[in-house]
Amino acid sequence: MSIVLVPLVAAAVFLLADSSPPPPVDQVVLLPNADGSTGKLIVRSSAGEQVLATPYASAQSTHRGELQTSVADAASVSARYGQALGAQPSRPVSFTLYFVSGSADQLTPASSATLEQIKASLSQRAVPEILVIGHTDRVGKLEANDSLSVQRAESVKKLLLAAGIAAGSMEVSGRGEREPLVPTADEIAEERNRRVEINIR
Amino acid sequence: MKRKTTFLNACALLTFSLVWQSSSLAADAATAAGTIKTSRGTAQIERQGAKLPADVGSAVNVNDRIITGADGAVGITLRDNTLLSAGPNSTLDLNKFAFNTTTHAGELNASVKRGTLAVVSGKIAKTSPENVSFNTPTISLGVRGTEFVIDAGKGVE
Repeated sequence: MSIVLVPLVAAAVFLLADSSPPPPVDQVVLLPNADGSTGKLIVRSSAGEQVLATPYASAQSTHRGELQTSVADAASVSARYGQALGAQPSRPVSFTLYFVSGSADQLTPASSATLEQIKASLSQRAVPEILVIGHTDRVGKLEANDSLSVQRAESVKKLLLAAGIAAGSMEVSGRGEREPLVPTADEIAEERNRRVEINIR
Repeated sequence: MKRKTTFLNACALLTFSLVWQSSSLAADAATAAGTIKTSRGTAQIERQGAKLPADVGSAVNVNDRIITGADGAVGITLRDNTLLSAGPNSTLDLNKFAFNTTTHAGELNASVKRGTLAVVSGKIAKTSPENVSFNTPTISLGVRGTEFVIDAGKGVE
């Protein structure tokens, strides 16, 4: 009798275990930003919501949607995510060019040196892409500043090409007065806001 | 007469499909969401049923699926400077991407079906954080200007 029962029980246990495998678990880990600050993640599942806001704060979910939180560390993140993090592209960088007063094509001496930094940054990237971004101060209307900022960016694109700077793609855009370096009230002339940014990604 | 009509129809259909194909190719170029910057091991882009190698320099479009093998890893920079990098045995769907370089308005949604993904959020997350989200089979993530990693394990299908 027991000779028959033992394999039956074993088979039943095997079948039960097989029909309910360990539930899949999804996980997110908030990392400290490169500049040392930490952002925020809002984690939602069918069963609830958790906000992660401290370095290495982590949330796990089961396929039933339950959320648990814990704190990971650099070593466990590197063990599980090392290859994903290792494949991370180079961080985009920005350089700013300023013009000699009243000129649309003559750079300040400091900005001429920046051109060399731009070349060096491009040479370190496998597939560099450039976004030339014009900015204005807040004198004039939004629409007028949009087109002025594009004109500035276009003239810098020509200047970059003339300096032998090339990339897989060079796109031009104008942020107008939306992103002042020095915040001012409307209609305030501010030299430091009349600039062109070279974003390399 | 009827045969002639059929022939004309076939010609029209052929012309239409040629025009449609070339216009969809042009649309692809215009809607590139990002570029593959790093690629290692087995890595593919699945686009409209076709499998393309995920080589460095390849464009990544909306609705592309990125798949890595056991030895694979891929790094993508999106046009708003978002960095996405997938580890081995991973499937990543880029469901939505739009970015206006003037206003920085836009949207981004990607799903990690399985495997791992590291993210550094970009310009859209700064201007319109509510329009940036990531999913796993069981989690949806809202992003407020930050870096993080996602693990969807072996995934559920």
